[in-house]
This record gives sequence, C-alpha cells and structure tokens, in this order.
Amino acid sequence: MSREGTVSESVESLVNRDYKWGFVTDIEADQIPAGLDEGVVRLISAKKEEPPYLLEWRLKAYRGWLKMTEPHWPNVKYPPIDYQKMIYYAAPRTKQPLGSLDDVDPKIRETYEKLGIPLTEQKILSGVAVDAVFDSVSVGTSYRRQLGEMGIIFCSFSEAVREYPDLIRRYLGSVVPASDNFFAALNSAVFSDGSFVYVPKGVRCPMDLSTYFRINAQNTGQFERTLIVADEGSYVSYLEGCTAPKRDENQLHAAVVELVAMAGATIKYSTVQNWYAGDEDGKGGIYNFVTKRGKCAGAGAKISWTQVETGSAITWKYPSVILQGDDSVGEFYSVAVTNARQQADTGTKMIHIGRNTRSTIVSKGISAGRGQNSYRGQVKVMPRAEGARNYTQCDSLLIGNRCGAHTFPYIDVQNPTAAVEHEASTSKIGEDQIFYLKQRGLNTENAISMIVNGFCKEVFRELPMEFAVEAQKLLGISLEGSVG
Amino acid sequence: MAPLLEISDLRAKAGDKEILKGIDLVVNRGEVHAIMGPNGSGKSTLVQVIAGHPAYQVTGGSIRFDGQDLTEMAPEIRAQAGVFLAFQYPVEIPGVTNAYFLRAAYNEVRKARGLEEMDPIDFIDLLEEKLKLVEWGPDIMKRAVNSGFSGGEKKRNEILQMAVLEPRLALLDETDSGLDIDALRIVAGGVNALKRPDNAYVVVTHYQRLLNHIVPDVVHVLADGQMVRSGGKELAFELEARGYEWLTGTAGAV
Repeated sequence: MSREGTVSESVESLVNRDYKWGFVTDIEADQIPAGLDEGVVRLISAKKEEPPYLLEWRLKAYRGWLKMTEPHWPNVKYPPIDYQKMIYYAAPRTKQPLGSLDDVDPKIRETYEKLGIPLTEQKILSGVAVDAVFDSVSVGTSYRRQLGEMGIIFCSFSEAVREYPDLIRRYLGSVVPASDNFFAALNSAVFSDGSFVYVPKGVRCPMDLSTYFRINAQNTGQFERTLIVADEGSYVSYLEGCTAPKRDENQLHAAVVELVAMAGATIKYSTVQNWYAGDEDGKGGIYNFVTKRGKCAGAGAKISWTQVETGSAITWKYPSVILQGDDSVGEFYSVAVTNARQQADTGTKMIHIGRNTRSTIVSKGISAGRGQNSYRGQVKVMPRAEGARNYTQCDSLLIGNRCGAHTFPYIDVQNPTAAVEHEASTSKIGEDQIFYLKQRGLNTENAISMIVNGFCKEVFRELPMEFAVEAQKLLGISLEGSVG
Repeated sequence: MAPLLEISDLRAKAGDKEILKGIDLVVNRGEVHAIMGPNGSGKSTLVQVIAGHPAYQVTGGSIRFDGQDLTEMAPEIRAQAGVFLAFQYPVEIPGVTNAYFLRAAYNEVRKARGLEEMDPIDFIDLLEEKLKLVEWGPDIMKRAVNSGFSGGEKKRNEILQMAVLEPRLALLDETDSGLDIDALRIVAGGVNALKRPDNAYVVVTHYQRLLNHIVPDVVHVLADGQMVRSGGKELAFELEARGYEWLTGTAGAV
C-alpha cells in the first residue's frame, strides 16, 4: 500500500464523524407557503407589524434582487437553487409575546440546552448574554435588564424596529446597502429577525454578547440581520454560533451583518460556524452565503473579525472592514476547515480610505477529505489613504491528497506611501510529522489535532476564552479519525 | 528473563527496495550498542523499523521487546511500551509549544502505564530537573517544537524528550551529526546520566568520536542490509583507522 494511501484512508474515516447537533425539535410552527413574490415580502413585513418605511425598503430590495443574478465567481460548485421552493418564514408558534426568558417554550429551551446554550439566566454561561434565534425569529435574549442599566441595547431585530426606530432607520443598510449583492438583496427583502446592539458613547460592554442561530424547520431559508452600532469610545465583543439539523436537502442561510464603529470605538466580532456540512457524498448541508461588513466610521475606530468556519456544505463569506476614519484599524483572523465534500470560498476585504489606517489579515485554511478551500481577499488603498499599512498572512494546510487549497489575493494600491505585505504558505500534514508525534506516544487523532491546533494558534488566541475552547473541540470533531 | 530487544532475521523494504536483508540483534538491559556502517547500509532504516515507521514494510523476521512481539504494533503503542527514537531529522510542529507537547507525550506514556495524568504545575517541576540535564533554561519550553531551532538545538531537544519520557530502549539515530563539540558533550552527558541497569541504548553513528563520550559495550557493522561484524568498542577504533572497505568487501559472502 502506498504511503499516501494510509493517510487518505484515515481521512476517509474522518468523514464519517458524527454531527451531534443534527437533531430536530418537534415544534408547531407558523410557516408560510414556499415561494417568493411581492406578496411574501408584504406578508413577512405584516407578520412583524413593521412600519411602512421598512416595507418600502424591503420591496425596493426585492425589486432590485429580481434584476440581479446569482454570483458564480466563487470557486465553488453547486446545482442551481430554486428560490421558489424555499420557505421564507417559519416561526415557532407562541401563545403570546414573551414577557421574559421564563416564557420561552420548554421545547425550545430544551433545544438550546442540548446545544449547550441554556436560556435560563441562572445557568447561562457566565459573562455572556445570549440572543437565541430559532428559524426566523428571536426566541429570547438574556441579561437585558443589566445591560439596559448601562444604556446598552441588546435585543432582537424585530424588537429594535419597534422600540428604536430612529437607530434602525439611521443605520440599517448603511454598511451593506440592500443593492450590495444578490444574497444581501435577498436578505434585505425577506429578513425575518436577528440581533441588534447599540453601545452608547464611552461605555465598555461588561460581558460578551452572543447570538446563537439555529435552523430547525425543513426547506426553510434563514435570513437574519445583525446590526451592531458602537458609539464613540465604546467597546463591545460579540460572539456568534450556529447549528442546524441533519437533513438531506440543502438549506440556504443568507445573513447580513453590519457593524458601525464610531470614533475611538472597538467592535470585536467572533464566529464559530458549525452549520451542518452534509454527508460524505456531499448530500445535504447548509449553503452559508453571508455578507458581513463593518465600517470604521470615525478616527481611531477598530473592527476585528475572528471566524472559525468548520461547518456548512458551502461557505461564501468575506467579513470586511471599510477603514474610513483616520488611524482606524481592521483585523481579520480566520480558520476555515473543509472536509468531506465541503467547499469554502472565504476571506476578507480591507478598504483603506482614511489616513494611517492599518489592517491585518491572518487566514488559515485546512483542507481534508475532498474539501476545497479558497482564500479570497482584497486589500484596497484609496488615493487619500496616506501611510496605510496592511499585513496579510495566508496559510493552507492539506490533509490527504484529494483536497485542494487555493489563494486569490487582490491588491489595489492607489497611494504611493502605502505599505502592503502578503505572505502565503502551503503545507501538508506529512507522514513524518505524524510519525514523530506517534513515536512520542500520541495516537493519530491526537497527533493531527495537535498539528492542526498549532497551525491555527494565531487565530484561536484572538477568540474569547470559552469560544477558543469550543473552537478547539470543534476542530477536533471536524477532523476526527483523520489520518491512520 | 528475555533480552530487552531481540531481533531475528529482520527483513524490511521501502517501496520495492529491500533494505534490511536478515538482521539479527540482541540487546540486554544495561547495554549500549553502537551501529556503524557506510552510507546506505540500512542503519537508520533499522532503528526506524524498530520504532514502526510506516514508510517501511517488514517482510520477514521479528522484533521482540521485553518478550513481546512489536512487529505488528502501532508506533504509539511501541512508544508507550518504552521504545524511544531520537530522530536524525527532528520534525517541526509550528504553533505547539515544547512544554505542551512534552506534557502531552509524557501523559500518554503515563496513561499507558496505568498512572494518572500529571497536572501542568507538577510537570513544571519535573521539567526543571530534566532541563538541567541538557543545560537549558525554561525559555525553550515556550518555543514551538523544533521550529526555528538550530540543528544542535533540535538534537538537544530530542535528548530532553528522552529524559522526560524515560524510555527502556532508546534508539539514537545519528544524534551526533551536525553537533559542535559543546553540543556533543551536552548530548552525550545527557545520555550517560540517563543510563540505568534496566534500560539500553542503540546508537547509530558514522563517527567514532561519539563513542568516546558514549562508550558502547558492543559495536556492530551494518553493510548492505546485513550485519557484517560485531565486536567490542575497539572495533570502532579499527573502523576509524581502516574504513569500511575491508569489511564490506566480504558482505556478499556472509
């Protein structure tokens, strides 16, 4: 048997890992029929009792979307998506509006508990406030009162539309316009819920805020929006987690996340994405087509994205930063794992507009099985961006010999004082590396997990502690049984 | 009691190429064996096969360790049983600190012996002792395993690992190659300090100079995959003076 043979065979067994979040919650849902037209957009808006301006905004997005075509430039392959077969709104049926977390349907609470996200505040992860989004709606947000005392708003998007109309009108679509791209336009037309955060001037949010997205219903797309506004000199750290049941058909997740950091404010946004990835033949799994963008609107603002992408059949996302304020800072730290038949085309855009703006990109791609992993990143320095700096490091790790790693960097510098650095490496977990660790007594799985965790270290250390532990565990599971 | 290591008629190949062509070797507890021989004779292959490197396929014969047949065992099981290979080319593991790696390895070996894992605090105390053996300060433990290490540092790190894991059989694969005089003294000093009546060493080397520091009980000459001569430490001096040709010329006839 060839040496490569042993390595790829063990990768094969990795593919047969168990997705322990793949269960379905049996709950009565308020679901609209499949299909999309203006009537559906109006129906969603009506269900949410939205003000007329928002309906208009949705309809405009919808009409724009009709004229757009699905992007096919990403380095991913999938059969055509039938947008008329999808359900655009599904919500667990509740008797009345929720007064507090204790009113959350026990079945839903149980679901989150199984996912390790208890919704009762006594049991909640210490120091993390959670907004739980179940299919199309937010089912509960914790620690609201405590946060409210500091003037911090953390609630579901729908609630923000009702309670804080001025903030929503001012910032909705201000970073990702409804016309931005095909999936953002679709989201703008049919988004159902999500999270809203506002941190007032000079306030340092005392705990991590977190949204946990769960897709439950069948044939349903999830289209949530997150909007985070950090006013001058404030600080907030935000975590996002996600899972979905194992299903044979693909489900679309087309979210939009907008971040606005005013002068001197910092937003740290961390994601551990663990949507169902499909089986070893690529059947089922989530299409994760997401638009995430932040704007450093004022001087000295900072936005930092950290993502650990282990799930989804296809990942298409480029969390980006518009560095508009002078001296503002953008960061992107990413680990993307593709295993089995997973495909990822992910990276970032750093748009330097202000003077002395700085950005850092650290991307770690891990490919195993027949996974295809592409880094796609753009660094753009505009003419006014005197003294802009960018450092990009882009590393790929290959496990086995049937996977692929690709790098597509785009660099566009229009100011002669800018300094842009790009480093890239591709390595393969070699038999020699594994043998070395085995010779010291580690079994193959521990050996691989050690090598992979070492490879990802620069990204993991950017994650909040609990999340870092979670991410390491996830990576262990994603690559379980990986090499023999 | 069975010998610590007993190899009989061992044959192994890499791909289609037969490299070991019937090796016999008996190593008792408390002994140091040196294996010498020209380039390509199979010295490194022999120790890698003992450790279970997957690049080689055993096609005949057996390797018994403390009475147990190792031939079909996974490398990590051999390691847990007390077989240690100091690599000729130690591998780099970026992003994993030496401390983390060593503790993980140490605990695997402990678990295999039915002992409880050692917590990080106690492990620091243990490390402090072991670091003295290779004349290192604690800073080395924060660096990533072998990443950016000089050739000499990598070899010293192998000896440090050996000191921590306390194997019963240590295989040193050209541990002296690429070492300056000081590093050689440190490495050899570490090996000698770790010698016990119940463990043994098999030392692969090209040069007699290592054997001035680590004195062998038996010297073997390997040529073209076969042992062509065994003798006392004086054989090493003879090889130094006369080269290998006078022996290898007879290899085909053995």
